[in-house]
Amino acid sequence: MVTHLLRLRLLVLKNSLLRSTWQLVAVIFGALYGLGVLLGVTIGLLALSGAPVTIARTVVVMAGSALVLGWVVIPLLASGIDQTLAPARLVTFPIPLNTLLLGLALSGLVGVPGIVTTLGALATAVTWWQHPLIALLAAVCAGIAAATCIVGSRAVTTLSSTFTSGRRFREASGFVAIISLVLLGPIIVSLSSGIQGSTDAFPALANVLAWTPLGAIWAVPSDVALGHGGVAALHFLVGVATLALLLVVWRRSLALALITPAHTSSRSRGRGKLGFFALLPATPAAAVAARSLTYWIRDPRYARQLLVVPLIPALMFFYSRNGPLELLNSIGPIVALLLSLSIFTDLSYEGTAFATQISSGIRGRDDRLGRAAALASFGLPIVILFSVGSVWISGFWSVLPGLLGVSIGIFLSGLGVSSYSSARIVIPVPGPGDNPFKAAPGAGFTTALTTFATWGVIGVLVLPELILAVVGSATGVDLLGWIGLVVGISLGSVLMAVGIRLGGAQLDRSAPELLQSLARQR
Amino acid sequence: MPDNLPETQNPPLNQTAAGPGSAQAALSIRGLYKRFGEQNAVDNLTLDVPTGSLYGLVGPNGAGKTTTLSMATGLLRPDAGTITVHGVDVWRNLIEAKRLVGVLSDGVRLFDRLTGEQLVTYSGLLSGMDRSTVAERVDDLLRLLDLQGASGTLVVDYSAGMTKKIALACALVHAPRLLVLDEPFESVDPVSAANIRDILQGYVSSGGTVIVSSHAMDLVQRMCDHVAVIAAGRVLASGTVDEVRDGSTLEDRFVELVGGRHHAEGPEWLRIS
Repeated sequence: MVTHLLRLRLLVLKNSLLRSTWQLVAVIFGALYGLGVLLGVTIGLLALSGAPVTIARTVVVMAGSALVLGWVVIPLLASGIDQTLAPARLVTFPIPLNTLLLGLALSGLVGVPGIVTTLGALATAVTWWQHPLIALLAAVCAGIAAATCIVGSRAVTTLSSTFTSGRRFREASGFVAIISLVLLGPIIVSLSSGIQGSTDAFPALANVLAWTPLGAIWAVPSDVALGHGGVAALHFLVGVATLALLLVVWRRSLALALITPAHTSSRSRGRGKLGFFALLPATPAAAVAARSLTYWIRDPRYARQLLVVPLIPALMFFYSRNGPLELLNSIGPIVALLLSLSIFTDLSYEGTAFATQISSGIRGRDDRLGRAAALASFGLPIVILFSVGSVWISGFWSVLPGLLGVSIGIFLSGLGVSSYSSARIVIPVPGPGDNPFKAAPGAGFTTALTTFATWGVIGVLVLPELILAVVGSATGVDLLGWIGLVVGISLGSVLMAVGIRLGGAQLDRSAPELLQSLARQR
Repeated sequence: MPDNLPETQNPPLNQTAAGPGSAQAALSIRGLYKRFGEQNAVDNLTLDVPTGSLYGLVGPNGAGKTTTLSMATGLLRPDAGTITVHGVDVWRNLIEAKRLVGVLSDGVRLFDRLTGEQLVTYSGLLSGMDRSTVAERVDDLLRLLDLQGASGTLVVDYSAGMTKKIALACALVHAPRLLVLDEPFESVDPVSAANIRDILQGYVSSGGTVIVSSHAMDLVQRMCDHVAVIAAGRVLASGTVDEVRDGSTLEDRFVELVGGRHHAEGPEWLRIS
């Protein structure tokens, strides 16, 4: 039965890869990346064998703790391990609970993250190659650590899915994740700047972590190497107890999940409340814009893209505290770039719902215009606000016209480019109702490739206003900045119009083919 | 080729065939082909749906019904063949053809983060209607389909049958001349199904044309006046329901035409007592 579950996992993986060449390529790149990481880790650990024991201990305990924490926390944000064998799908089969437990644990191991984690953990034994007994102990501890990672991540997902089988809860949890991620940015920045000043704190931190469930098991080999036998035994006990506790939690929640079917809760709004549909004019393009705006608010996958809006200024503000104040001025252009590209995945998010639109016979141009207008209605104010705000803080008022020109130029050109490219390329995205942070297999690579290509194109398109603004601020000739503002607005508008026209024409030509690749995506 | 020459290719049942682009046919399909990989999903399919008919499309799973209807409504590009809707070539004049057609597709998502009322309004506005007309029709449709109580609920929280009904409302809102419904009765309760049948019959008697794909033979036999049996991407028989069923029930005739019925009692191990 266990091997059967494993085979099922591999079969699903194989079949889903065979459906799309790009996904296969992406997974291969993921595997190569994992191999690279593994190689780096092994070499690093080998190098540590020559270093003093305390250094090896500090590095292994801290990195190991981060690894365990990552495995436990990431599933809350994304499906860190594959959910092909979700308990909900196996609920109808008469599989004994313990068999299911083992099968799910092993299937969590199969896949790039699981394999890299296990091999990477085992590589900690390499550090102790001069002391075979300690190396053996390290290998055992590594096995326990890897098991802790996988069981911990399974326990967390099962536990959360038991409480969150309702759609609304699942989506709300996405928002909680968004908020905590936004707060995480500044925290990391201030932490890392604090740490830069006090590398001496690392060994102490490692010693503290060694007593927590996160780091205990990783500390055992170095404890022995340092000659602290009793401490090693206690750490080992903490590590094993952690694994046992996670196993119990997982087993309990799995048993509960198997008898708690997914349920839905619903909430209704009053009749005649048409929201944006009543506010905007009654034309096809405006209807698309109203629908887009409704989705920006109601579908957490869209809201996730707005994450960058508060994150970028926060990051820039913290960096500029230590670095040059000019860094702040880049907030406007960066936010403009990221925001304007967020309609890139519009069609992918809709999936086959796009068929409704195709069969209505709407012109492609109206569709593109509606989507771009919906984004611009809140995106453009944000971009302008951030540009002015950043100058207000930095005090470089003379660069404001040029900066505004660049920001607005990037935003409008970006809208044009993504209006066209999103009519051509379908990007793998999480389905409606999924966790917004879930990654479709291979999505990272495809998205990164298309995103970089788009950035390159936009970079070329905004060169005029960029050059004007940079030369203007470098030479102190304010007039150049003002010209840059005019060029940015006018050139950006023209490029947006062209992008919408071309994208619309492309849509008119190939909507059926686009619909087919959207349908294949599921 | 003159119309009165005897047809040699088609089975004798196919008697209602009108000429290509004939004003009489609401939907006219000629020599339609579609390949998916190695498989011919639709294989030289020819079909005429007379104006004012309630036309049933029946066939086993994987017969090519959905593929054919997708191509007829401009959602899937055919490999070869012509499709005309009231004389308009669908793939030459996509936008004009789409204005004539209302579609309920099987197996596509809806914009389910909209409320039912918003979704139907959206479909109406996309077709370019003005606000007051849309509002009036949305009210009518929600009332006719018993969805008034759920008009403010997000479509994602609807049951399967309610989702079918709201999709039907989206197909009807722009008052199309041809209605293409892929599995409209699946998981719809008997009362709603009867209401939908009334709506469709009223629509047909006023000159509209409906083409319905379904697995429910009883329903097709009772509701439709014409029927086509499709298997392996071809039309096996077509004509009025009485012509096709030829004295027996539609279900028996269907099984006879399509074949593949097993007259065994199931495997030995499945006999419980």
